[in-house]
Amino acid sequence: MTSATADCIPLLPIEELARRRRRHESSVGHIWDLLDNVMDPEIPVISLYELGVLQDISREGNAVKLVLTPTYIGCPALGIMEEDARAALTAGGYHQVIVETRLAPAWTTAWLTPEARRKMTAYGVASPEKGGIACPQCGSVNTEVISEFGSTACKSLFRCVACHEPFDVFKAI
Amino acid sequence: MKLHDPLTRYVVRLGDDALIMGHRLSEWMSRAPFLEEDIALSNVALDFVGRARLFYQYAADLMGGEVTENTFAYQRDVRDFTNLLLCELPRGDFAFTLCRQFLYDAYSLPFTQALCKSADSQLAAIAAKAEKESRYHLRRSRDWMLRLGDGTAESHERCQNALDQLWIYTDEMFECDALLDGLIATGVAVNTASLRSEWLATVTETLHAATLVIPEAQGGVTGGREGIHTDDLGFLLAEMQFMQRAYPGLQW
Repeated sequence: MTSATADCIPLLPIEELARRRRRHESSVGHIWDLLDNVMDPEIPVISLYELGVLQDISREGNAVKLVLTPTYIGCPALGIMEEDARAALTAGGYHQVIVETRLAPAWTTAWLTPEARRKMTAYGVASPEKGGIACPQCGSVNTEVISEFGSTACKSLFRCVACHEPFDVFKAI
Repeated sequence: MKLHDPLTRYVVRLGDDALIMGHRLSEWMSRAPFLEEDIALSNVALDFVGRARLFYQYAADLMGGEVTENTFAYQRDVRDFTNLLLCELPRGDFAFTLCRQFLYDAYSLPFTQALCKSADSQLAAIAAKAEKESRYHLRRSRDWMLRLGDGTAESHERCQNALDQLWIYTDEMFECDALLDGLIATGVAVNTASLRSEWLATVTETLHAATLVIPEAQGGVTGGREGIHTDDLGFLLAEMQFMQRAYPGLQW
């Protein structure tokens, strides 16, 4: 494959492909749908599924088993995500929930869908793209870093040189 | 608390490095020179404490019984901790903290990369997470070396002083002992001695660009891996462990 072709065809990372297939072929599709309402506590327009944190769902007897993967090892939001997912399942009638935290494969921003990136940008959090980092307010790519770390472990802080607005950027890892 | 199983001892050792480094960084909360840096230091601290939790949870799984991650953090005495001395040195001024961080990050990145290939799948999985963070940490601490070293006369001087004080503690990162030798042979542990040349290349390049001078070799201080620590670790533990020592098992 030439590099030109690689640029043109966006390839889904293989782990992400496998995750989508797990959902697509799952016998508990309705539970996946139910959890689409559980949002990232820090970026409340992206669901745990869209973020890539929700990896798998299965039934174990009467219980529902969720497999979650942390974005950052020390991210305090993972505990909130787990609580929120449990609450949503309880409200949906599933009272026994087992949560397994799985580290491998390691989470990466490459798993974010273009749709998730659009929602995030509309919310005011830029996501790094090939053409540089665009201001979520005015779209200018004339932006500069203020700090490598922003309001949460997953974000850094930028400033738009064109419109002077500071904004969060989802760190690419 | 005496640990015997070599794998458990190794995992706890890695957890100790991460916890003590994370705690030192967390001491900057609300004390950093400016807000963005306060947040950055806290975030790096969070990464290290998170890393420590994964290592300790794994060690607890290996041991079974009543042991949890908290047992390792809160219920061990100073001589049971096996972290690098570099990690426990008091935070000093901002230059000292950032120089320590840079020297450690330059080691941590190749270390976590190598640990990704560990024959132990759980260690490899933890390393795969940590490696991404270490790459980010190193980028940031390297930037700070350039800003401080090639900044004002005062920032340069403070940075050089910090490096001169820290240098003798860097040897310990590459030290091998009987525990490591056994685990290297089975492909579990990283042969840290083999990381020295890459570390030195990173450090040399950065210090040169930052107009700083590599301190002259003065021999290395070691002992952390055997539980022989500086006085400072005892004070750190006294503060960090107070609540669980006074009220064992207390929860939020």
